[in-house]
Amino acid sequence: MAHVAFFVIAAIAVGSALGLILRPNAIHGALFLVVNLGSVAALYLMLGAEFLAAAQVIVYAGAIMVLFVFAIMILIPGKEESGPDPRRGARIVALPVGGLLMLLLVFVIAARWNAPRGSAAAVGRLLFTSYLFPFELTSVLLLAAMVGVMLLARRRA
Amino acid sequence: MVPESYYVALSAVLFSIGVVGVVIRRNPLVIFMSIELMLNAANLALVAFGQRIGNLDGQAVVFFVMAVAAAEVAVGLAIIVTIFRVRRRLSVDDLSVMRW
Repeated sequence: MAHVAFFVIAAIAVGSALGLILRPNAIHGALFLVVNLGSVAALYLMLGAEFLAAAQVIVYAGAIMVLFVFAIMILIPGKEESGPDPRRGARIVALPVGGLLMLLLVFVIAARWNAPRGSAAAVGRLLFTSYLFPFELTSVLLLAAMVGVMLLARRRA
Repeated sequence: MVPESYYVALSAVLFSIGVVGVVIRRNPLVIFMSIELMLNAANLALVAFGQRIGNLDGQAVVFFVMAVAAAEVAVGLAIIVTIFRVRRRLSVDDLSVMRW
């Protein structure tokens, strides 16, 4: 049963990832990425990482993707990648290279391979004990990103 | 119980798709989304490894990756919007210089 669920979710994840990189329209790509992030959240749940599944939906599928969709709607008025590709060579080489990388990763990692539950309480305890300093650094990082974005996006008068 | 190696294999597949996306696409926004795909694949691998080892440190690291990804997306999209304001075009082939 768990195997069936895994393969269905994995198929959705791979299919939506392929949709992201193959559809010419960026907004379709963004929606495919939302599907992909959701399916990975489902996989987190199957791995027992409940907190991360919730954070994935809230942070990735929520905040980050809304930002992406906004940027796409502002920057690309319904346009697709058009015209002849000036770098056809890269496109032809990309498939074998990507396929080789995939095979390498799958075989190297999975071949040499032969559990507590990640509830919000357990992860939170870990974050506020052994990972307290990185956690505080994260807040500084987010603040710096916020200030930087305001500086970049401000209209120079 | 699905073995963790399946998750790691799926993570490798998603990562490779992200790499291909970065190589074949010209729209910086789509390239950005492919990078998100790769980060996500790495997260999946981290959670699977953590499950295998039996502690929660992998999940803590994934939390930090998510925070860094959020910061990265905010700054990256601001840069893309700024470039678009100057250039009025959106193709990475045009962007070979940082200053003009």
